[in-house]
Amino acid sequence: MEITMTKVKDKKSIDTNKAIAIASEEVAKIEIKDVKVWYDDFMAIKGIDMSIKPNTVTAFIGPSGCGKSTFLRLFNRMNDYVDGFKMEGKIKLNGKNIYKNKVNVEELRKQVGMVFQKPNPFPKSIFENVAYGLKIQGIKDKKFINERVEKALKQADLWEEVKDNLKKSALALSGGQQQRLCIARTLAVEPSIILMDEPTSALDPISTAKIEDLIFELKDKYTIIIVTHNMQQAGRISDYTAFFYIGELIEFDKTKTIFTNPEKQQTENYITGRFG
Amino acid sequence: MNSIQKNRFKDQLFKFWGIACTLFGLVLLTIFIGDILIDGILRIDWAFITDLPSRKAEKSGIYTALMGSIWILVLTTIIAFPIGVAAGVYLEEYGKKNKLSALLEINISNLAGVPSIIYGLLGLEVFVRIMGLGASVLAGALTLSLLILPIIIVATREAVKAVPKSIRDASYALGASKWQTIWNQVIPASGGGILTGVILALSRAVGETAPLIVVGALAYVPFAPSNPMEEFSVLPIQIFNWISRPQHGFIENAAAAIIILLLITFIMNGIAVYFRNKWQKKWK
Repeated sequence: MEITMTKVKDKKSIDTNKAIAIASEEVAKIEIKDVKVWYDDFMAIKGIDMSIKPNTVTAFIGPSGCGKSTFLRLFNRMNDYVDGFKMEGKIKLNGKNIYKNKVNVEELRKQVGMVFQKPNPFPKSIFENVAYGLKIQGIKDKKFINERVEKALKQADLWEEVKDNLKKSALALSGGQQQRLCIARTLAVEPSIILMDEPTSALDPISTAKIEDLIFELKDKYTIIIVTHNMQQAGRISDYTAFFYIGELIEFDKTKTIFTNPEKQQTENYITGRFG
Repeated sequence: MNSIQKNRFKDQLFKFWGIACTLFGLVLLTIFIGDILIDGILRIDWAFITDLPSRKAEKSGIYTALMGSIWILVLTTIIAFPIGVAAGVYLEEYGKKNKLSALLEINISNLAGVPSIIYGLLGLEVFVRIMGLGASVLAGALTLSLLILPIIIVATREAVKAVPKSIRDASYALGASKWQTIWNQVIPASGGGILTGVILALSRAVGETAPLIVVGALAYVPFAPSNPMEEFSVLPIQIFNWISRPQHGFIENAAAAIIILLLITFIMNGIAVYFRNKWQKKWK
């Protein structure tokens, strides 16, 4: 109820609030309140309210430069190192504001994993890649690490392909395998939320299909937010879809609704390919 | 001649100009090394390396100078390597990108180009006089460390800069702290470049003469230094000293010492190239 009582300034925020009302039938895992982001003088995010439910896949769509990647990177504070980055508003993860001064960013990132646009394995062995997240936590128990690595690789549907070559360099894998390795690496830390920034844009259709299947399977255990430029992909894999345009959240609803009966003309135009 | 032919002609012209320029350097180097080898190769034997200096050319050896050079090399490495690498990593990873850092960057590059004798004067004032180290190996090594620090810092920064951002992102996203990311990812990935820079800088330090003369390295020391506070000589100074003697025997000695010095620098550069290639392979 708290959300619907936020100040109503103009028509836009009424619509946004309506969208949130739909999404917040259940307990929200991530709550975003009036978030604004600047890079120096450039305003990249112009005040977004939103809430994302656990164990769902939410797709962020919108034309390039609309701020969706910037917005995604707020959830694990990856924008912190960007020069000129400034942020206002609240992002609450299970009720805790992750932008409070006292928040341990490293701890946050163990909870909120991220898969990037281009596969970025470390120039180390397959095993070392997956074990890295555990080792930096100071875990030394070899048996535990071995088990976690195996589990993560199985979850990422890569185990069968690499189980005999765990010591091989990760850079020798194909692009699709590398991306699944990056997913396995993220899973090994056992986060509750996984952010994916166009994870298939550098991959061929077969590798893409594999990753999409994977996302579908992971939904049971994780909350997934995925940025994508591929409308079909958003339609196939996501439960909710958010459409962004020039730093604003235009529409956020069930994916089905967005793709069949969007409220805004702008959304419909984008989805049907008439602009963007 | 149409434009395609013209371009092809220019292409060929530039190619031959390039070949000529390359040969110019190579030929001169070959003549120089050949000349030195003819003069000095026969003079080199085990005794030449292990003998102490003497007034008689045929009894003179490079032992003290060689040991002095090794002392200088080791001490300079111990001093300059950690400071230079740490400074380079700091400037690249932690230093804020603002006007001050831009100014600092330009000045570090400028420092790398300051004539070495200026460093000698600085060393003389600061290390020899103010710090009271005297004309010791330590004062010499500190002075040379100052000389090569800018080179190491610049090389480290370049190597660190070359590590892709995506690797850092991946490390941070898994919950690594900044230090963990630098230690586990950035430094291993840039290690080849850093090591190459350090070795090349050290091989320059081994060949330096002017700053050590100013600091007070001697042309003649009866014994090799046994601790960092003792007086010393180094190979380039020994060579300089022998060359200025009138007797032919000493000229031969100088040529032989030059061969040893060249050998040391070639080996060091070879090691640098080896590391660079090894690291590059790892990245592919």
